[in-house]
Amino acid sequence: MSLRTPFCDLHERMGARMVDFAGWRMPLLYSSIIEEHTTCRHHAAIFDISHMGRLILTGPDAEKLVEKVATRKVADQKVGRARYALVCNEQGFALDDILIYRYEEYWLIVCNASNRDKIVAWLNRHVAGLKVQIADRTAETAMIALQGPDVIDMVSTKIYDAGIAGLKRYAFTAGRYMGIEYTISRTGYTGEDGIEAIFPANTAMLIWPYISSLGEDHPLKPAGLGARDTLRLEAAMPLYGHELDEQHDPISAGLSFAVSLDKDFIGRDALAKVAEQGPRQKLVGLSMEGRKAARQGHAVLAAGKVVGVVTSGALSPTLGHPIAMAYVDADKSADGTMLSVDCRGANLDAKVVPLPFYKAAKK
Amino acid sequence: MASPSDRRYSKSHEWAKKDNGQVTVGISQFAVDELTDITYVELPAVGAAVRAGKAFGEIESVKATSELFSPISGKIVAVNEQLADDPGLINNDPWEAGWLIRVQPSNATELDALLDSQAYDAQAGSH
Repeated sequence: MSLRTPFCDLHERMGARMVDFAGWRMPLLYSSIIEEHTTCRHHAAIFDISHMGRLILTGPDAEKLVEKVATRKVADQKVGRARYALVCNEQGFALDDILIYRYEEYWLIVCNASNRDKIVAWLNRHVAGLKVQIADRTAETAMIALQGPDVIDMVSTKIYDAGIAGLKRYAFTAGRYMGIEYTISRTGYTGEDGIEAIFPANTAMLIWPYISSLGEDHPLKPAGLGARDTLRLEAAMPLYGHELDEQHDPISAGLSFAVSLDKDFIGRDALAKVAEQGPRQKLVGLSMEGRKAARQGHAVLAAGKVVGVVTSGALSPTLGHPIAMAYVDADKSADGTMLSVDCRGANLDAKVVPLPFYKAAKK
Repeated sequence: MASPSDRRYSKSHEWAKKDNGQVTVGISQFAVDELTDITYVELPAVGAAVRAGKAFGEIESVKATSELFSPISGKIVAVNEQLADDPGLINNDPWEAGWLIRVQPSNATELDALLDSQAYDAQAGSH
């Protein structure tokens, strides 16, 4: 039996195509992935992301536990700020990528649905000797993302007392609105400006229609996991199970900004070694012509020799040509390098290009 | 929604429809719903041979790449040229305008081994 988010009935009523994803019954699309993608790029889209894991750490040693398991320093993280980080094993390989929220009294870790059990077990394994309570709040809460260039205007003019207009990127505000406890962060996974919001699961059926009604003078459309994936690919944001897994480390994945080698954490020594010696393979962007897309698992070639493997690929709805991310040998990773991808027998030219493929215009 | 009863179906979701001794091949609405937005179709050239149950091309959506399997053996006499510029035709009209190839069958009785629309819908709906 798949887990159901608080919005499942609503998705089904809206005619969404539902699929099983990481044990959750989730909307893949409502009408068309490309339409939902385009709506998010030009206006605003609403996503159910309640499947993401939400773990609360409380107690006097909560910060110590976060510092120990996260690759990024949190000691200097201010209350009301969220930080992207990874959780690595001793070998420096990625167990998950997470968002860490610092509240006055506690910490919140938002992890991938597919890794929630693993991360809860990992935290419990490393809590010995520390005064920390770990509570999995995933089932009791709902989470949505509102993403697109129209979002901030739309929500800040209507929900004015939440202080959304003044929120910096990766900042969040928490409080009560009409009696409902919320967290709203200026974060997302689409490459667009927008917010993500957490609130009690039992208020979910009030919240979604309310949020949708904010879009009366802008098109605000629901978007499913299909568009979420193409949007994040254009923005070159990693997806666990594609760019990240227990065979890859964050430095090779181009995520050095999220690795603080000047503090102690699990995997630090292994990552310091990768940083010092330089990664053997690096995650790169590949740009291709035509319409045939490279896919996860396809071999990347240079002069007929395998030099890497594709981790994600699709025809970019925004750019109109195929894009892919791939791990390739470090000496083949420079921008402008001409490689090819073996797309099920067809050898197609692919050029190494800087990431991200798409960047939202600054407003 | 019921699939049209004027044609036969393969378990891999292609349809085959007899037209004046030739057989037109496409994919079902169920297949289209599974694929989502179609972005690219790779089809052989006119004159190429196809064999029942064997792959003859590829179809791509924003999500994934899938093989197309021929429901009939024979020689391709026409391919739907419009799909090169507008693969979304298959999404919009899989039963008519979104057809893929037309085949001169080498043995038209192969169609009898395929599913009729009722049997196909029962199978596709059971997924």
